[in-house]
Amino acid sequence: MAEYSWPAQGSTALVGKEQDRTDGIEKATGTAKYAYDQVFDKMLFAKLLGCPHAHCRVKSIDVKAAEKVPGVVHVAVMKKWDDGKGKEIVPEVRWQGDHLACVAAESEAAAALGVAAIKVEYEELDVFVKEEDLEAAKEAGRTNEGRPDVQMEAEPDENVDESEFADQEFDRLFKEAAVVVEGDYGIHSITHMCLEPHGSTLYWDDDKLIVWHSTQMVSGVGGNFAEILGITAGDVEIHCDYVGGGFGSKFQANAWGGVAAEISKATGRPVKMMLDRDLELKIAGSRPSGFIKVKVGADSEGVVTVWDSVHWGTAGANGGGVDKGNIPYVFNPPNRRRKQIGIVTNTGPEQAWRAPHHPQACAITQTAYDDIAAKLGISSYDVFLRNLASVAPKKQGVSMAETYREQMEIAARLIDWKAKWHPHGKGDADGSIVTGLGMALHTWGGGGHNSKCLLKVHPDGGVETFLGSQDIGTGTRTAIGMVVAETFGLPLSAVKVNIGSSTYPVSGPSGGSTTIGGVSESNRRAAQDALEKLAGLVADKLKVDAANLVAKDGRIQEKDNADNGMSWKDACRLLGMETLEVTGEFKRGPKESPLSSIQVGGVQMAEVAVDRETGVVRMEKFVAVQDMGLVINPKTAKSQMYGAVIMGIAYALFEERIMDAKTGAFLNCELTDYRLPRLGDIGEIVVHLHEPESEYNRGVVGLGEPPVISPGAAISNAVANALGVRVPVLPLTPKRVLEALEKGGNA
Amino acid sequence: MKAFDYAAPEHEAGILELLSATPGETELLAGGTDLVGLMKKLIVNPDRVVNIMEVPTLRGISADSTGVTIGATTRLDEILDAPELDDYPSIKQAIGGIASPQLQQQGTLGGELCQRPRCWYFRSGHGLLANAGRMVAQGENRFHAIFGNSGPAKFVHASRLSPALIALGARVRIAGPGPHEEAILPLEEFFRTPRHEGQREHVLAPDQLLTHVYLPPADAIANAAYEVRHGSGPDYPLTAAAAALSFNGPVVAAARIVLGHVAPTPWVSRPAVKVLVGRIVNRDTARAAGEAAVSEATPLSDNGYKVRLAQVAVARAILLAAGLDTGGF
Repeated sequence: MAEYSWPAQGSTALVGKEQDRTDGIEKATGTAKYAYDQVFDKMLFAKLLGCPHAHCRVKSIDVKAAEKVPGVVHVAVMKKWDDGKGKEIVPEVRWQGDHLACVAAESEAAAALGVAAIKVEYEELDVFVKEEDLEAAKEAGRTNEGRPDVQMEAEPDENVDESEFADQEFDRLFKEAAVVVEGDYGIHSITHMCLEPHGSTLYWDDDKLIVWHSTQMVSGVGGNFAEILGITAGDVEIHCDYVGGGFGSKFQANAWGGVAAEISKATGRPVKMMLDRDLELKIAGSRPSGFIKVKVGADSEGVVTVWDSVHWGTAGANGGGVDKGNIPYVFNPPNRRRKQIGIVTNTGPEQAWRAPHHPQACAITQTAYDDIAAKLGISSYDVFLRNLASVAPKKQGVSMAETYREQMEIAARLIDWKAKWHPHGKGDADGSIVTGLGMALHTWGGGGHNSKCLLKVHPDGGVETFLGSQDIGTGTRTAIGMVVAETFGLPLSAVKVNIGSSTYPVSGPSGGSTTIGGVSESNRRAAQDALEKLAGLVADKLKVDAANLVAKDGRIQEKDNADNGMSWKDACRLLGMETLEVTGEFKRGPKESPLSSIQVGGVQMAEVAVDRETGVVRMEKFVAVQDMGLVINPKTAKSQMYGAVIMGIAYALFEERIMDAKTGAFLNCELTDYRLPRLGDIGEIVVHLHEPESEYNRGVVGLGEPPVISPGAAISNAVANALGVRVPVLPLTPKRVLEALEKGGNA
Repeated sequence: MKAFDYAAPEHEAGILELLSATPGETELLAGGTDLVGLMKKLIVNPDRVVNIMEVPTLRGISADSTGVTIGATTRLDEILDAPELDDYPSIKQAIGGIASPQLQQQGTLGGELCQRPRCWYFRSGHGLLANAGRMVAQGENRFHAIFGNSGPAKFVHASRLSPALIALGARVRIAGPGPHEEAILPLEEFFRTPRHEGQREHVLAPDQLLTHVYLPPADAIANAAYEVRHGSGPDYPLTAAAAALSFNGPVVAAARIVLGHVAPTPWVSRPAVKVLVGRIVNRDTARAAGEAAVSEATPLSDNGYKVRLAQVAVARAILLAAGLDTGGF
């Protein structure tokens, strides 16, 4: 077995050099087929009836009229009036859009008319959706209060009541603080807005279910289908060559995937079940909101000594919200008391959203840190820098605080912080327009997920690799091809990468920024093992030491004597008649791997202009500096960062789920009303891959999520710096900016 | 979408023949950028759709000494590029604000004026007035009306071109219901606030057709439109205003100020005109006109900020018309 490693930094032929996506042309020209694009003979179109009420009991569902609609082939009721043990129940719906029934028809139009013809008897129940209003939630009995989590430098004596001691200690700390900021901050719920909605196109081949599913988990989601259908995972085959966005929300088969399979079985016909946009937003996933009341004390340098907060928010009908472990975000002040309250709302359920809970935690706490700078009249840069001492975790081999310090210097240089910065609210105005700078920083784990691949080297020189992975936008195919081609000294085009099928070896789900780490691990291992075998054959043939052979420029040759070697093809001929098959496997565990690592930092800075008369915020420039260990493909890495920053600008300035308080209806559930930034709204984005040798030597970490974390706080801080007033709640719409200007407040 | 009869006549009379006098039975199709979505959502369910894009007389731009005539099916991008409309920058600014090449190239003048409100209660099937206005008054009304909202209608009219056209004194020709019947009226009078669910946002009967828009000459009229937009995309503005000014030396001799996205119809502001006439245009007089324009606003529970935005839009439209810097984006 080879000793796994990456080539030394600077000595690579492909890795670390910008490569176009190998499937870019297919994606750009529309020949790439997504689950939504699959078309089969005699295929039915299925549509869901979503519940119009946000909270009700469903007394009955009558589908007789729907079944008579021309073109309707099958109607399935998706609620049950018994508990499965013979006891009668009346099913309860807890959010608008929840699935009641599914209609399959010869056309989309007929399915929609079938849905409209279903008659349902409801008993409406009380609705609560005002997630930002803690008092109203308490009054409505919709809160789940957690116990405060307290950490203090001082310890109470054994016979002293801990909670009383904490009260006294926090009082003392706030009295001793040179500066105290009290503030409210918040960030509203948003949705994932996947361009390709959730769903699948599927059919049965005898007893085997074949599913083209839009998923982040090719190797695992078949088990979820099997569970719903009461069959084994071996009877489900998942295919997914391309995914039109998932962001954490596409790991499941979902009830609508299950019902589509049942209808396909019942009718003997293929079924396409993709959610319409409104249902996609209502039921396929949301990101929890977060609101906080904070009191924070710092010394005269802005170093935070004490933090006291209560935060609340909702993840839907089960309460939930932003995890208190991330409060305050990244920084760990020596004395902190944090209380979390979950709010039970009649809103669609949470799904993981790119770096779950981190963007919200960052947005509602690093804004308070910035307000300390405002109150002291000093630069936010200095306050963030001086608080780095409280950044706890060290990543493997590198200090996090040191990483942040280096990245802050780079970001400041790229945005020209020193020349442009002014104290909060003290910049020069041009008419109604003022400008400001803000920053924030973040952290994320990443690393590699479990991954197994089957690598084949054919006697004719052909190379292909197979794994049940997926490309959710990370450029997985390209990265895999680069890793294998690099190892074999071949051009990228020489490697055929096969992903997107559950018939391939199991590779992990694309979550937690672990895909590039995982697939690089398995493929580098397999390729190094394969090369070792080939080198052995070549060494025998050339009568040289295999340890002195390298794969380079399409040849296997002696390290110091390039003439003594043979072409890749000739080397592969030595395999005889038999294709060389090698399995590469990586299992994530506590043991460090030479090929991948975990934990990254990241610093971002925003420059904004604000029109004070209209409250419109315009992005001028945004700088994102990010470490990610070893960068496989800088081009797709940068692309990930651009996408993350744009998504961050979206939730900082535009995106929000707007609910009708009285009915619990999701009002802006169409793309026409759900506001998103356009090209003209994103300003200049500068991304910097922070990859000194110390980072490169850590191996691959992954970066899908980290760069989406800081934009909310960075942009809010920049707006506060421009205005001299904190706009407390994201997104920073003209309405909220004008209301904050009228009211005044922190910053 | 419900199945429907489809026809595409080639003459104005052919269209009128196919239209029903009963509301909702027939719909006119031009660019379809609004109608098709409403039909897919089953909000609008006509038995017959009459495509009017095949009628040559409804299309095109012509100018003479009496002004400019624009056919109702003329596309927005054709208007944007028309040299005949160089004296009407307010119209081009309003179309520029739509910011979507697709909507500009597919949308038509008539469709722009007749598009349905964006009110989310209407768009989710609660009717144009959403329980006689109660859903809006008691619900989420951050984008709703701050003028003309005392009745059941609380939506804002969706048209982005009409403030500019009304400020310029545009008139419209309406054909039907009979083959030789026609009426010409000021655009301002074309719009109306519906009082009950059966009514639309304009005076067209279900069997009538908007055919042309007439503009008086504007060579002596300084005009501009200003929209307060949240972002740079095709999303509808938060408020808008258009100004058409004529001068006597440096002093405003006459003015028309029209607000958009503040009321169930485009909103003509006479108080703003009163403040402006007889004065020179500068930041102070523009601001005073803006303040006058919103002095009688009646915001709902959650759209008070729109009063401020309407005031700014009026002031900035006036400054732009006078060729001055607005001081903002």
